Amino acid sequence: MENIIQHNSAKVIIAENLTKKFGSFTAVDNISFEVERGEIFGFLGANGAGKTTAMRMLCGLSIPSAGKGLVANYDIKTQTELVKKNIGYMSQKFSLYDDLKVWENIELFGGIYGMKDKEIKQKTDELMKVLNFEDERDKLVGSLPLGFKQKLAFSVSIFHNPQVVFLDEPTGGVDPITRRQFWELIYDAATRGITVFVTTHYMDEAEYCDRVSIMVDGKIEALDSPKNLKKQLNAKNMDEVFQQLARKSTRKAD
Amino acid sequence: MNNNQNTNPDISIHCESISKNYKKIEALKNISFEVERGEIFGIIGPDGAGKTTLFRILTTLILANNGTAKIDGFDVVKDYKEIRKRVGYMPGRFSLYQDLTVEENLNFFATVFNTTIEENYELVKDIYQQIEPFKKRRAGKLSGGMKQKLALSCALIHKPSVLFLDEPTTGVDPVSRKEFWGMLKKLKAQGITILVSTPYMDEASLCDRIALIQNGEFLTIDTPKSIVSQYENKLWAIQSDKMHKLLIDLRANEITKNCFAFGDKHHVSVENGKLIVDDLHEYLIKNGHKNIKIFEIEPTVEDCFMQLSQK
Repeated sequence: MENIIQHNSAKVIIAENLTKKFGSFTAVDNISFEVERGEIFGFLGANGAGKTTAMRMLCGLSIPSAGKGLVANYDIKTQTELVKKNIGYMSQKFSLYDDLKVWENIELFGGIYGMKDKEIKQKTDELMKVLNFEDERDKLVGSLPLGFKQKLAFSVSIFHNPQVVFLDEPTGGVDPITRRQFWELIYDAATRGITVFVTTHYMDEAEYCDRVSIMVDGKIEALDSPKNLKKQLNAKNMDEVFQQLARKSTRKAD
Repeated sequence: MNNNQNTNPDISIHCESISKNYKKIEALKNISFEVERGEIFGIIGPDGAGKTTLFRILTTLILANNGTAKIDGFDVVKDYKEIRKRVGYMPGRFSLYQDLTVEENLNFFATVFNTTIEENYELVKDIYQQIEPFKKRRAGKLSGGMKQKLALSCALIHKPSVLFLDEPTTGVDPVSRKEFWGMLKKLKAQGITILVSTPYMDEASLCDRIALIQNGEFLTIDTPKSIVSQYENKLWAIQSDKMHKLLIDLRANEITKNCFAFGDKHHVSVENGKLIVDDLHEYLIKNGHKNIKIFEIEPTVEDCFMQLSQK
């Protein structure tokens, strides 16, 4: 087997001197961090700080120029297909197929991840109950309100029980109540041992994370629990923390 | 000037009973409001609430099924040509020509409106200067923040009297959002009326007046201050060492009307006089909480939105 570390390892993401260059531009500049199993890890930064590039590397979609990374114990340079099999991914932009029904979307994604039909059926029933979605089961996803879609998209992204789920601005544009219900789903997933790696522009959501990193110009400028970051920077809330750190940016591009 | 009767020159946007359906879906239901000259008026609500549909009707791009609307006294149906000359519109999606340079884009928009960059340079100077070093770069190659500045410059270059900004800050980080609102304040100082939509509730306080919108309906229209003062019940902020469990325990308590996470605190809405701090403290200690803090707070616009949207 290609396993490098046992699956019960406490570290689900290990990044060591991870770097990505595009020509002469260093998008991600030598970042190192670790995320533990079941942790909710907030990955913050200004637009253009390098968050998306870093996330794409961790998802096995982009090969690092230097440094190394292990996600779910697989090497993000040499085992990209195994990385993809063991993670979930959801973004604000791509979530589900609008012209498929709710259950068809679940079946499609479950199938792609190699789940058995029987398991998909049984878990679909459970999920519809938990989300209180039984009436929506046969509806086209395109006809659902955004908040429903995002809750469903998150549930689909962890349907195959990945070790870690990557969420790229999952709550953008979502109404305030649904946004909070969404975070309650995140908590539940983390309690079940799924590691959550999440980006957001809502600073109140940064407070819900166990630990938060803040990227500035391709580097990780700070990494700690929200409580400690506030203490260190003498800030009232995470918005102030963010404002203080992100203003250091000298990247003219954004 | 137009000769319409009952036209008040102090009113930039007049919108009366506007409704719009897409087949069976009612995108807008009976929307009425007015925006005064020089106001920053915010339309605040989640995606799918009807914000973009409203903007498209007011900028004469689509027709309403019912109702009337006037911009600077001109009717959006009859006088659409006049309106198009005098409004600036920044749509939610990046709308510039990706394969033209920064400078070419701005020049194009100026030319379409029979003006030149030089003629109105003063108006866009503050914003355009920030991207001028990249004026030979193609718009498609710009970063998000720079695209936003270019789009705003293009919407301003013909010196509009009313500016329509449809979600200009969506997906933009908190630092850039603050900068953008700083730019709007400066434009307001120059007498431009601004109608701006946003899903970020914290931007509400930067507007003179706001309308909260959900499912095609306005929940309320007022100044942010007045909306906050109309919050029903008392609002309390509560913290403990176990925040996730705290949410569950607070919801289980009979005095709680509703309870939501709010950054590092939970906000709990309770009928006036129903919350006795010592009693609640004791209840939470019994449920295994430590480091408990309970204090009354003033609601935010987001609290008000949640209360109104549940009615």
